[in-house]
Amino acid sequence: MLHWLNMGGYWMYVWPSYALTAVAVVLNIAAARRDFRVAVRDARRRAEQRRGAA
Amino acid sequence: MSWTWFHRFGSPPYFYRVAGILIPWFAWIAAVAAAAGLVGGLVLAPPDYQQGEGYRIIFVHVPAAVLSTMAYAVMATASGVGLIWRMNVAHAVAASCATIGAWFTVVALATGSLWGRPMWGTYWAWDPRLTSELVLLFLYLGYLGLRGAIDDGARADRACAVLALVGVINLPIIHYSVDWWNSLHQGHTVLKFGKASMPASMLVPLLLMMLAFTMYFGAIMLIRARGEVLRRERSARWINEATGA
Repeated sequence: MLHWLNMGGYWMYVWPSYALTAVAVVLNIAAARRDFRVAVRDARRRAEQRRGAA
Repeated sequence: MSWTWFHRFGSPPYFYRVAGILIPWFAWIAAVAAAAGLVGGLVLAPPDYQQGEGYRIIFVHVPAAVLSTMAYAVMATASGVGLIWRMNVAHAVAASCATIGAWFTVVALATGSLWGRPMWGTYWAWDPRLTSELVLLFLYLGYLGLRGAIDDGARADRACAVLALVGVINLPIIHYSVDWWNSLHQGHTVLKFGKASMPASMLVPLLLMMLAFTMYFGAIMLIRARGEVLRRERSARWINEATGA
């Protein structure tokens, strides 16, 4: 296991690469989902207002 | 060939519904392909005869770089469709590509930098491939800045579409930079005529990771595009039906 983690001495380049990629993957999922939730909430509010005005 | 499918996708309710069906499929394929690709790339694939274990950065670096250029190609195509056919859904798709595209351009640059340090002896060089990828990042940031700076939605769509289309010139430059100039960056490994210059034990995990990143991009882009379509929608009845309010 330790041998594998060491990546033949390249661990300080390999693991940060994978970590950064993982962070980007997770952050983009979170940001896209938050963006969608906000859009749904705003759209509902607009629909509500229009119904109130009619 | 019938073009009805094309016009159907121009309808916001249809796009919203179909995107909602596609997202979980894309996400699951991405998750399974990434799991298989990571095991194949980090455990099963043998070390490289020159770079040892250090080459394993390839399994995130290349897929991230592919995603960064693919997102731009989708953004520019959607922009063109939006300009020519005045299709609002296409502008929504274009607007949904830039954030994730910019992110993965940064990932491609940073992982490339981390790979360059042990193999080339430097984190950065003003090399054609590296520089053109950096220009891609500036194009994305310019696109996002422009969209944020124009309040009127239709004008923002048109201005951003023109910017996206002008920037397309950078895509062939990125791709062919390793052929056109003397580059520090290695040449084509996967996409070339004839045989890929890699054994199957390395190529299969790489292709799996590329599939995973492509599906992941599809899922993220569609989640954003659904929100973008809702933001542009004026019909209260459709919003209530779509969001189940």
